[in-house]
Amino acid sequence: MTMNRRHFLKKAAAASAMAAVAAMLPGVLFASDIESDHFPPGIDWTKAPCRFCGVGCGILVGVQNGKAVAVKGDPNSSVNKGMLCVKGYHQTMCISSADRLTKALVKKHGKYVETSMEEALDLVAAKMKETIDRHGKDAVAMYTSGQSTIPEGYVASKLMKGAIGTNNLECNARLCMASAVAGFLTTFGADEPMGCYEDIDHANVFILWGNNMAEMHPVLFSRLLDKRLTRKDVSIIDLATRTTRTSKAADKSILFKPQGDLAIANAICYELINNGWVNKSFVEKHVVFRKGKTDIGYGLEDKFAFKDEAQPIDFEQYKSFLEDYRPDKVEALTGVSAGDIKFLASLYGNPNKKVVSFWCMGMNQHTRGTWMNNLVYNIHLLTGKISQPGNGPFSLTGQPSACGTAREVGTFTHKLPKGVVTNKKHRELAAKIWKVPYDRIPDKPTYHATEMFRAVDRGEIKFIWIQATNPLVSLPKTSRYRPGMQKKSCFIVVSDVFPTPTTDVADVILPAAWHIEKSGLYGNSERRTQYWDRMTDAPGEAMPDAWMTIEVARRMGYGDLFPYSKEKHHEEIYNEYRQFHAGKQHNMAPLAILKKRSGVIWPYIEETGKSTLWRYNSKYDPACDPDKDFDFYGNADGKAVIWQRPYEAAPEMPDNEYPFWLNTGRVIEHWHTGSMTRRIPVLHQAVPHAYVELHPDDARQLGIVNGQKVKVISRRGTTILPASINERGLPARGQVFVPFFDEKMLINDVTLDAFCPISKEPDYKKCAVRIEKL
Amino acid sequence: MPVKSYIAFPRVGMKEQLIEVLKKTPHCEVMPALNKDVLVLVTDTADDQEEEALRQILYGIKELAHLNLVSGYSDKINQTDEKSSEHDNE
Repeated sequence: MTMNRRHFLKKAAAASAMAAVAAMLPGVLFASDIESDHFPPGIDWTKAPCRFCGVGCGILVGVQNGKAVAVKGDPNSSVNKGMLCVKGYHQTMCISSADRLTKALVKKHGKYVETSMEEALDLVAAKMKETIDRHGKDAVAMYTSGQSTIPEGYVASKLMKGAIGTNNLECNARLCMASAVAGFLTTFGADEPMGCYEDIDHANVFILWGNNMAEMHPVLFSRLLDKRLTRKDVSIIDLATRTTRTSKAADKSILFKPQGDLAIANAICYELINNGWVNKSFVEKHVVFRKGKTDIGYGLEDKFAFKDEAQPIDFEQYKSFLEDYRPDKVEALTGVSAGDIKFLASLYGNPNKKVVSFWCMGMNQHTRGTWMNNLVYNIHLLTGKISQPGNGPFSLTGQPSACGTAREVGTFTHKLPKGVVTNKKHRELAAKIWKVPYDRIPDKPTYHATEMFRAVDRGEIKFIWIQATNPLVSLPKTSRYRPGMQKKSCFIVVSDVFPTPTTDVADVILPAAWHIEKSGLYGNSERRTQYWDRMTDAPGEAMPDAWMTIEVARRMGYGDLFPYSKEKHHEEIYNEYRQFHAGKQHNMAPLAILKKRSGVIWPYIEETGKSTLWRYNSKYDPACDPDKDFDFYGNADGKAVIWQRPYEAAPEMPDNEYPFWLNTGRVIEHWHTGSMTRRIPVLHQAVPHAYVELHPDDARQLGIVNGQKVKVISRRGTTILPASINERGLPARGQVFVPFFDEKMLINDVTLDAFCPISKEPDYKKCAVRIEKL
Repeated sequence: MPVKSYIAFPRVGMKEQLIEVLKKTPHCEVMPALNKDVLVLVTDTADDQEEEALRQILYGIKELAHLNLVSGYSDKINQTDEKSSEHDNE
């Protein structure tokens, strides 16, 4: 196009104004930026949620000639407002990795042989059926993922619970979110956060409980930083066991001793009461007090069983219990000064400050994870700072559909798409929608994740199908579960996109379609359901996990229960699934709406076509009793529970033989077990291997220098890693940190498989190790 | 023949309405930010008289909270007035 002078002047004038706006408002995006010369013409842009973490950023994927060529942030997504993190921008680069699984592989005489998908699926169905015939239905299991799409999780649940009739269905979200679920259920009677990311725009104070948000939820953290930059009254407090990038960006960093968070939370509550900062009216109207069992164990032994028992208490009893947690009394236990605890309490207690508490794995992967979740709710309930814009506790998730699939569809042993297997009404509803006999759905849960792999090791589970997850890198104590999975007693099927240490032990490997090679839905941390369309073809014979499950179900004789079409199965499944959540409390948006928007937060309000941004507050949530200001309708009495939960020590603490605490976690460049991000060259080159962070004084004492190879040894196993001193993170003295993404340096050979007795979520953050120079 | 560009701030919650009004206003081209409540406005008028008439129209738009002139060109004088506050409806 020829540009005349006038046109040029207009373009120049517009460019000047846009540059001026960019200087005033960093991060501002105009349509012309999106359509700029960054990208060649002829690219089709399609919306989707990001494949990686639970933040659920909206992405636009650019496709040209059938290939994904670029990714950018979706400016229409209220989650990320056009921003992405380094993983988000590069995500599609893993698709074309040279070792992509494109054909089914069947192990024959110890070697993998390429097999047609038809034949492989025949074999999987035959083995599953044969195992049930010979050993009973509880001898087969499925282990799925918080990365499975909603339709994938739904058909897995329908196959196992509705068709076969076993509760042997679990998912890897047990390893990351189960304590959050148990916390929500015990306090509010209903799962998932009451607030949403818009809380960030309203809050004055962000208290991060063991949450390295700068690396794990970077786009949300940038929203916090943006608020602090543009408003004078915003502060960020990092409460952690290790100094991280989050600590460095925070206004105040408070370090505590591992497991000390239990005592800190109780001490804050002590201060709130002692200083008269309790919102008495809120507490009287909306809260009851209870206590549960104490000295509840750690699940270290096989077949560990625990059931909590709630007993009502009154405010005075609760207040008396808190006497043990006076700030000066817990200084030694927590490593936090009484002054800092009082400071934290003053932030929560100040009626003029809006406070959001964020947490993720630090609180959830904890042998008292459910208790920790309860205790932070206690703080918000005592102050009435909950279910309002800018005020609330906010549990973040680590996987893109830990909420949407694992928690909402319910791919746990105890769950159904609505409710739990132990509830007769919930089983009846599932049986009705699934069109199966009611008594086919068992009323007792079987194996949670850790126990499921113990059962494989014991030889009780003789067939397991693993989809979209890599447990032989992500489970704790893989030093037990890898040999367990290598036993001949269990036939192992693994569906995945890439080879992993878990596919290495499979009898059948099924090639799976990646994210944008299939249509699907994810649900993020703020109850937002997001839909995307298939954008490219999967290579070779790779197919969506949902379609594999359907094909196997049909081969097993359950075809009448899986009448879905290949092209539209994701839509047909979602429409069926949506029936489970009909009603004001959890209404899911219709598919037609989800196709148009960058996600909708449930409960979707049919009358207005809007999301419910704050649950339990009758001003925003039509599911509330309109005669009440707040209605915690998950509980029959409409009240939330303040739980009396004490400090109890970790199961394994440093001693003379193993003098260091081991903490494990993630880095910004890699996502979970690294099976995708290690195949993205730019990310792999940025952090090519794991490492062990040491405090410089500990390193000096041990004679270890930066980069030197050291052994990290526990009672379970050993791994060798290079030392990292004064680099990314700084552990406190007596502690070490190792990221878990690296399958060549398996830190989970070292970790302990202790778990929270209520949620059954393992604690990856605390066990005892020693460090030796090589 | 003045060409001018402005940063336009809508009143709270009125961004979409302001875009619609400006789109219908003669001699105006509007470029909304995708992720912030701000617009870029480029005006293209035939002469000073028409420019003044447009200014009066812009003054009267109730959805507009604040208008900042960023740059201006005319055949008579190639003038640039960086970020001078032109109009404030607040």
